[in-house]
Amino acid sequence: MHSRVTNLAAFLGFGAILLALPHTLSFSQQEILVFLTINVLVVASYRLLTLTGEWSLGHVVIMGVGAYASALLSKRLGIYVPASMLLGAVTAAMVALALSFPLFRMKGFYFLIGSFAAGEIIRLLWKRFREPFGGPKGIKKIDPMPDFDIGIYAFDFFEPISYYYFALAVVGVSLWVMWRIERSPVGLTFHAVHWQDKLAEASGVNVRAYRTLAFVLASGFAGLSGALLAHYIGTINPNSFDVEQMVFVLTWTIVGGTATFYGPILGCVVLTILNEIVLREAGFEQMRPLIYGLILILSVLFMPKGLESLVRGALSWRNAGKKKVGETEATE
Amino acid sequence: MVELLAQTGLNALYAASYTALVAVGLVLIFGVMGVINFAHGELFMLGAYAIVAVYADWNLPYLVAVAVGMIFVGIVGLGMERAFFRPLRDNPLGGLVASIGFLMILQALVSMGFGVRMEHVPPVTQDVIVITERVRLPVFRLAVILAAVVLLASLWAFLKKTRFGWALRASAQDPEAAALQGISINQTARIAMFIGAALAGVAGALTAPLISVNPHMGHSVIVTAFIVIIVGGIGSLEGAVIVAVAYAFVHTFVTTFFDGVIADIVGLLLLLIVLIAKPTGLFGSTDRA
Repeated sequence: MHSRVTNLAAFLGFGAILLALPHTLSFSQQEILVFLTINVLVVASYRLLTLTGEWSLGHVVIMGVGAYASALLSKRLGIYVPASMLLGAVTAAMVALALSFPLFRMKGFYFLIGSFAAGEIIRLLWKRFREPFGGPKGIKKIDPMPDFDIGIYAFDFFEPISYYYFALAVVGVSLWVMWRIERSPVGLTFHAVHWQDKLAEASGVNVRAYRTLAFVLASGFAGLSGALLAHYIGTINPNSFDVEQMVFVLTWTIVGGTATFYGPILGCVVLTILNEIVLREAGFEQMRPLIYGLILILSVLFMPKGLESLVRGALSWRNAGKKKVGETEATE
Repeated sequence: MVELLAQTGLNALYAASYTALVAVGLVLIFGVMGVINFAHGELFMLGAYAIVAVYADWNLPYLVAVAVGMIFVGIVGLGMERAFFRPLRDNPLGGLVASIGFLMILQALVSMGFGVRMEHVPPVTQDVIVITERVRLPVFRLAVILAAVVLLASLWAFLKKTRFGWALRASAQDPEAAALQGISINQTARIAMFIGAALAGVAGALTAPLISVNPHMGHSVIVTAFIVIIVGGIGSLEGAVIVAVAYAFVHTFVTTFFDGVIADIVGLLLLLIVLIAKPTGLFGSTDRA
C-alpha cells in the first residue's frame, strides 16, 4: 500500500513537471520539446518491434506512411484532423501487414536488408508519383490541428506549447497502451519468441503470427507519430524519412538500450538534450551526423547494453548499500 | 531499334563493370568476416573524392589519382577492421550498426572538407569510338570496363592460386577449422577488408569523371550492391558478378525505356521476389544466414 502511494505521488509529480516544463523554456526550445515528445513515441514503438528479435531499417519510412496518409486524408478528403491521424496510424499498420508477408520469410541480416529495400520502394513511390504524393517536393501546407477549448485550457495550435500538450496526451496514452501490451500474455510471448523461438514454436506458439503482430502494432504507433509530426511542421517530403532519420532512431534506441521499456526513451531524451544544449549552443550543429555516428560506434563497442545498464547499475549499487545498512541494524 | 538496343547494351556493360567491383568487395568482406559493411557506398564515395582531390585539384595524372584512391580507401578499410569489426567479431549485428555510424562520419567529414555541392571532375578523354552513326562507345567507358575485368580476373587468380587466397577462402568456409590449421583470422580479415574496400574505392575513382560526385552519392551505390549480393546469394563471389551484370542490364534497359526511379523500384521488387522465393539468394548456400 505504501509503495502504491509513493508510486502515485511520483507519477503525479512527474506529470506536473512535464506540464510545467514548457513554461520554463524559450519559444525555440518549446518547438524542440514537441519534436522530442514525438520522437519518444517513435523510439518506444521501435522497441516494441525489436521485442521479437528482428531489427527493421524501415521503421522511419513506416512513420512516413502515417504522415503521408494523414496529410492526404485531411487535405484531399477534408477529414477532421485528429481522425485523419488515427486513420494514418491504421494505414501504417495495414502497409506493415502487407509488407510482413515477404519480410517475415527472412531473418537476421536478410530481414534487415529486406526491410531497408521495402522502405526504399515506398520512398521511391513517393518520389516518382507526383499525384497524389507530391513528388520530391512532397506535400506542403498540411492542415494544422483545429483549435479547440476544453474549458480549463484553450488550445491554440499556432503555439508550440499547445501542440506540446496535445502530443504529450497522445504519446502518453500510446506509451501506456504499449506498456500494457508488453505486460500482457501477448507481450510475454513476444519475449519468448525472441529468446526461445524454437521452444516457443514447440509449445504451440505461432512464432510468425506473433512477429507479425509486433511489427503491425509497432508500425501503427510509428504511423501515429508520423501523423503528429506532419500536422505540426506542415510540410513533408521523401527526405524527411530517409536513412539519416533512421540512423537517429537507431542511435537513440541502441544508446538507451532495449532491455527495458524506458531504455530507448532515455536514449532519445539524453541525446536530444545533448544535441540541443551542447551542440547548438557551441555552434557545432553541422557536426550532428558526425557526432551521432561516433556515439553509435562507441556505444556498440563499449556500452552494448545501453544507458539503462548504467541506471540499473546505480540502482543495484544503491540497493546493495541499503541492504548493508539494514544488516548492521539487525546485528545491533 | 537495333541500334538503340546495342547502345543500351553497351551502357549496361559499363554499369555492370563498376557494380561488380563494388558488390564483389562487399561479398568478400561478408564471406571472410561475416559482417555486412553498410559503409561500402561511402568507400566508393571516398574513391571518387580521391579523384577530385588528386586529379582535379592537384592536377596529377589520372592513373596516379586512381592508384592513390585505391590504396587510400584500402587503408581506411584496414582502419575499420581494427576499430570496430575486430572487437565486434562475435556480434555481427553490432558490426553492421557500427558501420552505419561510420557511414555518417565519412559523409560528415567529406561534407566539411569539400562542401555538399556537386564536384566537377574534368573529363580524362573525350575520344569516342563510333561503331555506327547511332552506336557510340566513349573510350573512357571502354577503359573502365577493361579495368574492371582485369581487376576481377586478378582477384580470381589471387584467390585460387596464392597461399593468401587459399587462406582467405578457408576462413570464409570455416573460420574455426582454418584457425586450427594455423591461419591467422586477424590477418585474413585484414586482407579481405583491404581488398574489399580498395575495390569499392577504385570503382568510385574510375567512375568519378562520369557521374555526379557528392557526399551522398554512396546511397544509391549501396542500394544497388545490396540488391546484387542478396539476389546472388550473400556469400558467393561468382553469384555477385553474374547478378551484377544481369542487374545492370535490367536497370539500364528499364531506365532507357521508362525512367530511373521506375528502374530502382523494379530492382528492389526483384530483390523482394527473390527473397520470397529463395530466402538465401540464387547462388547462396544456407550456411551463413
